Amino acid sequence: MTESYPLRTFIGHAVLILGILIVAFPIYYTFVASTHSLQTILRPPLPLLPGDRFVENYSEALFGGVGRIGGVSVGTLLFNTTVMALGIALGKICISILSAYAIVFFRFPLRMTFFWLIFITLMLPVEVRILPTYKVMVDFGLIDTYAGLIIPIIASATATLLFRQFFLTIPGELVEAARVDGAGPFRFFKDILLPLSKTNIAALFVILFIYGWTQYLWPLLVTNRNDMNTIVIALRKMISFADADTEWHLVMVTCMLAIVPPILVVVLMQRWFVRGLVDTEK
Amino acid sequence: MSPRVVFPNKILPYLLLAPQLAITLVFFYWPASQALYQSMLREDPFGLKSQFVWFDNFARVLADPNYLNSVRVTAVFSIATAAVAMVTALLLAVMADKVIRGRGLYRTLMIWPYAVAPAIAGMLWLFLFNPSIGTLAYGLRWLGIAWNPLLDGGDAMVLVVAAASWKQISYNFLFFVAGLQAIPKTLIEAAAIDGAGPTKRFWTIVFPLLAPTTFFLLVVNTVYAFFDTFGIIHAVTGGGPGKATETLVYKVYNDGFVNLILGDSAAQSVILMVIVIALTAIQFRYVEKKVHYG
Repeated sequence: MTESYPLRTFIGHAVLILGILIVAFPIYYTFVASTHSLQTILRPPLPLLPGDRFVENYSEALFGGVGRIGGVSVGTLLFNTTVMALGIALGKICISILSAYAIVFFRFPLRMTFFWLIFITLMLPVEVRILPTYKVMVDFGLIDTYAGLIIPIIASATATLLFRQFFLTIPGELVEAARVDGAGPFRFFKDILLPLSKTNIAALFVILFIYGWTQYLWPLLVTNRNDMNTIVIALRKMISFADADTEWHLVMVTCMLAIVPPILVVVLMQRWFVRGLVDTEK
Repeated sequence: MSPRVVFPNKILPYLLLAPQLAITLVFFYWPASQALYQSMLREDPFGLKSQFVWFDNFARVLADPNYLNSVRVTAVFSIATAAVAMVTALLLAVMADKVIRGRGLYRTLMIWPYAVAPAIAGMLWLFLFNPSIGTLAYGLRWLGIAWNPLLDGGDAMVLVVAAASWKQISYNFLFFVAGLQAIPKTLIEAAAIDGAGPTKRFWTIVFPLLAPTTFFLLVVNTVYAFFDTFGIIHAVTGGGPGKATETLVYKVYNDGFVNLILGDSAAQSVILMVIVIALTAIQFRYVEKKVHYG
């Protein structure tokens, strides 16, 4: 062990606590603001402690509907966002595990071509092809639909690469044994491969759920109707810094409702989250 | 590598690949090829005729002072964001590596911002620093600092950099902590016995051994600052005031989707494509090396 001074440990804790204050303060303060009345928020400085309007503000936003976004309630927005995040996470996992299965456990013409076709999509994010993609969406009638929010972005090079890498570590003997015992490709996939991939799937799910929940450009392009917006896009519409009629107390409630679900997922599934982060970046 | 044991089916693998391939062809390759094609077309103002102009659009875009401004803005924004996010995270990770008690708790509290959408991170910071109602802006005014991110380009840049790097600290922190844990303690102890103090040990042993992690994070943070921060710019500043925070991705979106300048926007898309390809290539080349570091 190296030298240990109580002072150094103390400085370590002090710096960490300061860091956590910086990291947590904006979120904490949003919560504080979400429990105060609009009048209190409009007169800075805002108190450091929560106010007494928690129940009123949250029920108004969740069930009452917000004026600036056409009276859509935050409940609807949360539903849309949940559908999108779950759809993207599960969709990406299903589609990628099947592709990786085909590429690793079968031999067929053009196998590597297909692999590279999937891999290269890494280099074609939505940002570099906004307009033509939008046009495809219009042609298919996918604007303002859940399918439009989900399907076009569930192709996943990262997830396919991850599953492929994992499948390559599965010993050939296992496949052989399964085949000797008369298991076909479906049986092998369902009874052997899927159970073995459980940890990978859980780790990937956390990362992809956050990815889906925090999407911005895609729902911005694909949704026009207020009741099809995700919560992040609706928030953008609720805020106007130019005029004074932004309903800040509702904005702050919506902010909290937009960040609490993914934070819970990350904190409660921390083990898989950290694993997923490390895995997906390999 | 020995030949793998495989299933003999001929049709099945194509069926398994079909969904992913269909999506990539329809929603990735087709639009990308359209972007390439349109980047060499010039449409008349009414969208009736279009003419093939080879690289004219590129020449015009690259000579456009607005575009060059946006290149500069993106460079400043990316470098500042990556630097702030990485230096802060490294400092915190080094401290977390020192303390023994409460390490798990610190990590749990540190990872929150990862789950916050970039656009919302931007809104939280704008709420704190908004000149009319922001409590921290009120504090700045009280200290006598003139601050208005809605009117001053420099202030706006500081605000978006703060929001963007705040969100990225958790990610960098986790990777730096993992990188620090991978450094053999015996090396550090040996240096301590030879009389090197903590500062010297950090710069001569820890920091060089962290280089792979640092380089990897540099690439990831650059990609993040280039692409994932679109939401922050769009939600907080809208590229303003006066194009002071108009990044390349925001400009592509604005020119193409809002102002409908098709040829120029497509040319910008293709330039971005080249940037992504370069960044991805660097990232994957690096991953090859990471294997050697263990």
